[in-house]
Amino acid sequence: MSVAEFFDMGGYALYVWSSFGATAVLMILEPILLRGRRRAVLQRISRLIRIRTEENE
Amino acid sequence: MSSRIINWFKFSSPASFYPLAGKLVPIFMAAAVILIAVGLYLSFFVAPTDYKQGEGYRIIFVHVPAAWMSMFIYLVMAFWAAMGLVFNTRLSAMMAESLAPTGAMFTFLALWTGAFWGKPMWGAWWVWDARLTSELILFFLYIGYIALKGAIDDTRRGDRAGAILLLVGVVNIPIIYFSVKWWNTLHQGASIDMKTGSSMASIMLVTMLIMALGFWMYTIAVSLSRVRSIILERERDSQWVRQLPEVQG
Repeated sequence: MSVAEFFDMGGYALYVWSSFGATAVLMILEPILLRGRRRAVLQRISRLIRIRTEENE
Repeated sequence: MSSRIINWFKFSSPASFYPLAGKLVPIFMAAAVILIAVGLYLSFFVAPTDYKQGEGYRIIFVHVPAAWMSMFIYLVMAFWAAMGLVFNTRLSAMMAESLAPTGAMFTFLALWTGAFWGKPMWGAWWVWDARLTSELILFFLYIGYIALKGAIDDTRRGDRAGAILLLVGVVNIPIIYFSVKWWNTLHQGASIDMKTGSSMASIMLVTMLIMALGFWMYTIAVSLSRVRSIILERERDSQWVRQLPEVQG
């Protein structure tokens, strides 16, 4: 089986790669978005703590 | 006996669950990567060409695991919703909330890959078939749950409203599952039957199960990761959050 044959998927290339492609994109994107969310939450809390300690001083 | 009960409830406190979840995330993510890598290899290089659908059938290796996850995640969310309503534990609602986006994602993928499978095999991207329509309703349930939670500012009220929506929506799950039996649908029957076993070649079945197991591990990893952010957001005023090294630094 050649590489071109493999990617052609017996004529079903559009359907097979759209299915696997969409699944791959979303399952890679979600952990990246989660990392961003965690970073944002930590930043917000650190800022909150800083503001409070400044108020108390 | 009493010590066992104490241990069980220990992890229902966000403060002790937060570090535990942090330790589990990389383990489950590594398991997911390995299983999905093996599953993809089997999907494309080991599983034979189907005698009826040619190479097009390979969509099954993402379609069926995604569809299973879409239903299973909903059941787990409904379980956490019930736990939250009965025991009034804070963590339950957070667990349900952490699963919702992943559940919606897998439901979308089940519909998407189904469309890309239906087009070459049935000649249509979409039909108003019982299986497809009930799966679409599941997608709306996930979106409705996320929107409802987002619309209610009071967290405890939002948790309760969300839990009730989840429990009412559970009725849809057996409808999806049995739709191919109850009605004459275009969608093919179950690939795995409890009574008659599998209707597929065993290597295809093994591949599908490995992919499904990989999706499982992935779901556990991302939902634990997300619940950590939810815990931080909700408990931001508590002492233990302020003392975390990641917050201090």
